[in-house]
This record gives sequence, structure tokens and C-alpha cells, in this order.
Amino acid sequence: MSLKGKAAAIGIGELKPMKEPGNHTALELMGKVSAEAIADAGLEAKDIDGFLVGMPFSDPGMLYPASAAEAFGLNVRMLNVVDIGGASPAGMIWRAAAAIDAGMCNAVLCLVADLNRVGDQRVPTVSMQREFEAPYGNIGANCGYALIAHRHMFEYGTTPQQMAKVAVDQRMNALKNPLATFNDRPLTIEDVLSSRMIVDPLHLFEIVSPCSGGAAVIMASPEVARRAKHPPAWLLGAGEYSNHASITYAPSITTSPIKFAAEAAFKMAGLKPTDMDFVCPYDCYTITVIVTLEDAGFCKKGQGGPFVMEHDLSYAGDFPCNTHGGQLSFGQPGLAGGMSHVTEGIRQLMGRGGERQVKNARLAYINGNGGIMSEQASLVMERRS
Amino acid sequence: MSEYLKPLPKPSPASRPFWDAARRHELTLQRCGACRKFIYYPRDRCPHCFSADLSWERVSGRGKVYSYTVVRRASTRSFADAPYVLAIVELDEGVRMTSNVVAPADQVRVDMPVTVYFDDVTPEHTLVKFKPA
Repeated sequence: MSLKGKAAAIGIGELKPMKEPGNHTALELMGKVSAEAIADAGLEAKDIDGFLVGMPFSDPGMLYPASAAEAFGLNVRMLNVVDIGGASPAGMIWRAAAAIDAGMCNAVLCLVADLNRVGDQRVPTVSMQREFEAPYGNIGANCGYALIAHRHMFEYGTTPQQMAKVAVDQRMNALKNPLATFNDRPLTIEDVLSSRMIVDPLHLFEIVSPCSGGAAVIMASPEVARRAKHPPAWLLGAGEYSNHASITYAPSITTSPIKFAAEAAFKMAGLKPTDMDFVCPYDCYTITVIVTLEDAGFCKKGQGGPFVMEHDLSYAGDFPCNTHGGQLSFGQPGLAGGMSHVTEGIRQLMGRGGERQVKNARLAYINGNGGIMSEQASLVMERRS
Repeated sequence: MSEYLKPLPKPSPASRPFWDAARRHELTLQRCGACRKFIYYPRDRCPHCFSADLSWERVSGRGKVYSYTVVRRASTRSFADAPYVLAIVELDEGVRMTSNVVAPADQVRVDMPVTVYFDDVTPEHTLVKFKPA
């Protein structure tokens, strides 16, 4: 069994992230990006027969998919919340393809939108995290990634300059993305390292900025994809893996489950990392990109730091990485931050990258990362000639 | 003494012995009778072999800082007394624990030896923290 070439992304919708949620609601933003994605695919709402949605933190509820589908007037043959954190969007893409391949659906709406609730990070509600993490101040994601970064520095000699380079190169990409939150000026390594230290060794400019926003993707069967308005972006490979929730209990805190997710995705695609024309790795923090490039096999373990220094990660460079700016420059509108890597991969493959179009972009590696490197979903996608 | 505003553990039936021991200033861990591995955090089944044959053993309280961070700006108001050192401590028995290292931030290093320190944060709650050995 394989999902290789069984379904394609044919439409996308995405909002420019907003720093202030204003009077918007998550459901309203969901409707907006869904309409945009359906129109982009050349379909109508009645053509959507599968629905995967992320639970908005700002307005959660039981039986969420049916409520949202009812609000949008969708009648669907499959409906699910996908709840694997920032990996949810990439996880939706292969789940949609699987449903299509199984003959359950023809056109699946993959949808995420949320409002940034300004204020206190909530204490986790899962009992073991509430009991064994929160009392010691391990609340929110910052601490976990700082722990990974320090251990990575200890084991492999990774430097603050190497981590900062990720934010610097991705900002070059954001300068060409009108949707990016931070697209007004370039960054230097010195800028990053002189920004405020938040959780040692991570500085403010190495940490995503929470926003409000949303994004949607339409996954379609080959038959539907043939009638699409834009060149379809075909799913060639997918892999998913999780082996911990809290980073403390991960088998290794510096080698992530991406190793297994990416391996599975490349195996299904029958391709290797060096075949990729560009990459879209989840980047909640700078260290996340370094660990991802190592574990997905773009460089040797421990060599992610030197790798990002030796390569130009911009859209015009020798290793285009997060050509939308990454979430570090795009902003993190809840789960839609994770979708931004998927939409950018699709956009580039469709040849709609505008000023930041990667030349001859045929093959993309996309990764979604949930929690503290705890849920991983890797995709390989292709534009066919 | 001012009121303690940070999150406190609410023990489950599985974890009650751990917190009770901490109040006696003893560090105890569950050990699996089937595969003989120590486990942390406390639970109903061994995560290595899924056996339910778990019993409690008192352990040394010695370990090393596996990794750490200095939280300079906390994500919640209850930790407004930042900076504080959040760490993963690897005990000599092989398990890792999320905890705090009670020491000046500039003295903490990855791999430094530490020993258990019981912090009686309220009359009913003792947290298991660490100090440089």
C-alpha cells in the first residue's frame, strides 16, 4: 500500500497573520480561507466531500467538525479533528490522500484557523504535564526547545551564530512575501543575537510570534485534479511518527521522531533528500530547523549548524528553505502556522511563488512538527511536467 | 509567609506514593518487576514492557544536568519571579526528570553533577528539585 500519486493539492487559501485578533472569530476566519481555497481549486462548496479540521484553541468544543461543516453548509463523507499540534496540517494532507485512495472522498478540505488570545499561557490540562511539568515552570513551548538547543550545543558544538543564521536567511525570503508579518527589513546575525534573551540560549528573534489567522488546502482525487485551475501538487510520500509528549521523556532530546517520519516519506516517494529542490521545515524556533535538516537526512547528525552556515537558505540560494519566511518571519497564527509550510510548498510547486519563486521547483520536502518535537509528519510533494 | 501561587501537583492514585515520599524528603521511583527498569513519572504500567508489576524503591537522588535553560521571561504570571533554572536531570538510575536546579543561573552547566533537594513549597506540598552536588 502506498499513497504515492494517489491525490494532489489543487487549491490553497491563506490569510495574512494579524497581531491583534480584533472582532474576528475562528469560525469566521475558517469560512474565509475555505471559500478562498475552494475557489482557487475551481470547485464549489458542494464538491467538498471530506473535512479535516484543527481544533481552535480560542473556541474549542466537542463534535467540532460537524458544527463547522454545518455552519459552512458542507455535506461530507468523512470528518475529523486532527490533533497533533503543529504537525496537524501536514498530517491532514496524507489523511486526506488516504481517504481519497480508499474511495471514501474525492475532494477534502484541510482547514486550520485560530485567534491569538493575548495573555497568560494556560497551564496544561493533560494531567501528567500538569502534575510533573507545570510545578517546575515547564509551561508553554519555549522551555522545551531551549532544553533541546542547550543539549545540541553540548553534544555537537552548535553555536548561537549558526542558529541565528536560520532566522536571518528566512527573513530574506519574507522580504518577498506580502503575507509575512515581519517583511519590512532584513536581519543580521548580530540583530538576532542582540535581541532579548528569553530562554537561554534562545533569543527573541529565534522564537515565533503568536498571531491570528488561518489557512486551507483542498486535496483531490486524480479525476478531480485533472479539472483543476492550477497545476496540481501531487503527494508522493508521507510519514508520521511520535515517541514522546514532554521532551524530558523523549528517547533522545537532540534526535527527533522526524528521523522516522522523513525516512518513511522518502521511502514511499522512492526519492532521497538530495532530490529535493526546496524544503519547508516547521520552524517554531531556529533550533527546530537545524534538528529537522539533520534528522530528515539533508546533512549528517550534528552537522545542522555548519550546514546552515555553508548554504544560502533564501529562495535564490543553493538550498531554498522556508521561502515564505518561515513562521519566524511569517508569524504563527495557531495551527495555521504549521499550514504555512504546506501552502508555501504547494504554491512553489504550482509556480505561484511570485518574486520568491524557486527556479525549477519540482520536488518539495515539507515537515510538520507538533508539541516539543513530539509529533512529526513529513511530506514529499511533486509538480509533474 | 505569602501565598504560593504557582501550579501544584494534584496526585493521582498512581503518583500518591511519590509525593508522600517527597514530603518525607525521600526520593522514590517505581521499578518494573518484569523488565527491572526504573520509571519516571509514576504511572500504572511500565512504559518499557507494559507490565503492571510496579513497586517503589528509594533511590540515591544523585544525577547530572542533562540539559537546562534559564527562563528569563516566563509564559505565565505565576512564574513572574523569573529568572529560574528549568532542567532535565538524569538520575544515576537512568530516568530523566523535569525539575529545577536551585543555584545561580551562571553556575549551571550541562552534565554537571547534582543531588536532590526537597523544596517544601507549602505545608502540604514538597517539590523534588536539585542542587549542585
